[in-house]
Amino acid sequence: MRSAETQSRTPLDERRQDGEAREGFTGLPSRVPTGRTGDRVFAQSATLAGVLILITLAGVAAFLLAEAIPAITAKASELPDGKTLIGYVAPLVFGTVLAAAIAVVLAVPVAIAVALFISHIAPRRLALTLSYIVDLLAAIPSIIYGLWGIFVLGPAAVPVMEWLEHKLGFIPLFKGPASTTGRTLLVAAVVLAVMIVPIISAVAREVFSQTPRRLQEGALALGATRWEMIRMTVLPFGRSAIVSGSMLGLGRALGETMAVTIILSVSGVVTFNVISQSNPSTIAANIALNFPESSGLAVNTLIASGLVLFLITLLVNMGARAVINKQAAR
Amino acid sequence: MSVSAVGGATLTRRGVLPSWTPYAVVLGVAACVAALLAAAGNLKIVPLIAVTLVVSAAVIYVMSRVVEGSRRATDRLVTLSITTAFGLAVAPLISVLYQVFKRGLARFDSAFFTESARGVIGAGGGASHAIWGTLIITGCATVISVPIGIMAAIYLTEYGRGRLRRSITFFVDVMTGIPSIVAGLFAYALFALFLGPGTRMGIIGAVALSVLMIPIVIRASEEVLKIVPTHLREASYALGTPKWRTITKVVLPTALAGLVTGVMIAVARIIGETAPLLVTTGVIDSTNTNPFSGRMQNLAVYAFGEYRNPGVQRDAAFDRAWAAALTLILIVMVLFLAARLVYRRFGTEIR
Repeated sequence: MRSAETQSRTPLDERRQDGEAREGFTGLPSRVPTGRTGDRVFAQSATLAGVLILITLAGVAAFLLAEAIPAITAKASELPDGKTLIGYVAPLVFGTVLAAAIAVVLAVPVAIAVALFISHIAPRRLALTLSYIVDLLAAIPSIIYGLWGIFVLGPAAVPVMEWLEHKLGFIPLFKGPASTTGRTLLVAAVVLAVMIVPIISAVAREVFSQTPRRLQEGALALGATRWEMIRMTVLPFGRSAIVSGSMLGLGRALGETMAVTIILSVSGVVTFNVISQSNPSTIAANIALNFPESSGLAVNTLIASGLVLFLITLLVNMGARAVINKQAAR
Repeated sequence: MSVSAVGGATLTRRGVLPSWTPYAVVLGVAACVAALLAAAGNLKIVPLIAVTLVVSAAVIYVMSRVVEGSRRATDRLVTLSITTAFGLAVAPLISVLYQVFKRGLARFDSAFFTESARGVIGAGGGASHAIWGTLIITGCATVISVPIGIMAAIYLTEYGRGRLRRSITFFVDVMTGIPSIVAGLFAYALFALFLGPGTRMGIIGAVALSVLMIPIVIRASEEVLKIVPTHLREASYALGTPKWRTITKVVLPTALAGLVTGVMIAVARIIGETAPLLVTTGVIDSTNTNPFSGRMQNLAVYAFGEYRNPGVQRDAAFDRAWAAALTLILIVMVLFLAARLVYRRFGTEIR
């Protein structure tokens, strides 16, 4: 091939040589060995752009680590609040996980219902419009959800939380005393749930609608009602989609910043009580609240907590994608 | 109650309730509950809907159980529950839109778009500096993300194979899940290493947004490039066109509408980001149009700042925050609608 480059070639010659390099005529050639500069440059820059994704992800970890090292090596007395780094980050991790877990518990049943409604219940003509509306829910900026949570949902939730305290106060989650402003972990978790419902339902809907027709029609032909058909064919078929979608939602809820920052009144406590005035903060909210006014080692400490958040969400997301890929390969 | 109205007498077939039964029951119960609540002097929309749904679910279940048997009754109950859950999921959207329009219109005036917040104490002032910042930062992020994103998508659809392709696909998906604040910290750390700590510039924010935007662009472009028919590429190869000319002259023009749609949706996704800009571009009250020097305000951070540090006249600041929220929502919705229109108008040749 190399020697052929130096000769002047007609397009027809090239075509034949390309053909020889391919493994038959099925499929497209993924590498056409013409040796032309244009082809080589283009292919290399496309590959570079792809590899840049891997570099960026590695870069996120590397640069966060580089900026976190001063905080990791510093003595406890130099850090904010005079606590060790672990002592500083641990309550934040607790708050982050608690808020995200409540959000996922609230969101998953609703998201499954939304997915089923669009894929199996609503009239076919409406399905596209409905899914567009649900997507719009995911497009609203989180700052707006935050403002909505503090000005609208929070005040509206106060009587509900008082009711929870009186009727279900024996459960540690609702021990109270109920907040009078609505700036509680429960309200923040509800807003997070609203934000992750579209994510979970998008994944679930995709797979629900791929349930083999023969299974569904077979169930109906045997006399099953629509719900029995859904329970016996659609839900088992979509189980791993529900799992992976929930994990994606969890990842999003763990890292969501502004809604929590605005809504939560934080006091750094570690408690399961989700309706009171004093709440644990989350990693992301803590960074957003303190980063703009911080300097020196405080910045490094916040970046170290950001690194922890990155690693947690990375693990959750990789798990979710692994489940999805396994499902796709089935 | 309406039970009697749609009871056994109106059955069309033995053992099956007529198809309009659920609608009739829900409407009938709603009317009864509304009358009762109004009589109690406490007619509010949320209790009305909640009580109506619970009562109608019970009524429908009992009716269906009596007439159609327990299995169909369960089916009807589940259908109503799923429909209710869908309504529950969409209710926040309606409430958010209603509240943002209601509260945002107070300061949605010409001053909001022409004045900055420079020297403003109390009422008045505007967000022109933040609007400029949003446009410039988002513009820079788009300029960075679109070439990288589309080239990476070309790699994935046209060139990639084997382990590298698989791992890039996997990590693009993983990258869509990076928390936005982490992207902000990454950009901060990147520039802090070279320019020293505490640097705040528009371009740092643009880099942070790019980290969030690139995977969205790749995903959307990959989908579109995949559906460009194979026979177009083969026809081009058959004419002796080199692969890269085939991609730039045949594949990309065919997919253009889809690519534009994808980019618009990606812009809509990141234009309202707050957290990454909070840690990278800083806060400022006057207009700065140079992304490479000094702090730069943007709409989302502006709304957050007005809420968090309202100053002497709280309500005036809150009004400005809501006006900024309204501006953002309008931008996002216009981008979404425009994206759909572009795809409908120009995207048909792909099918």
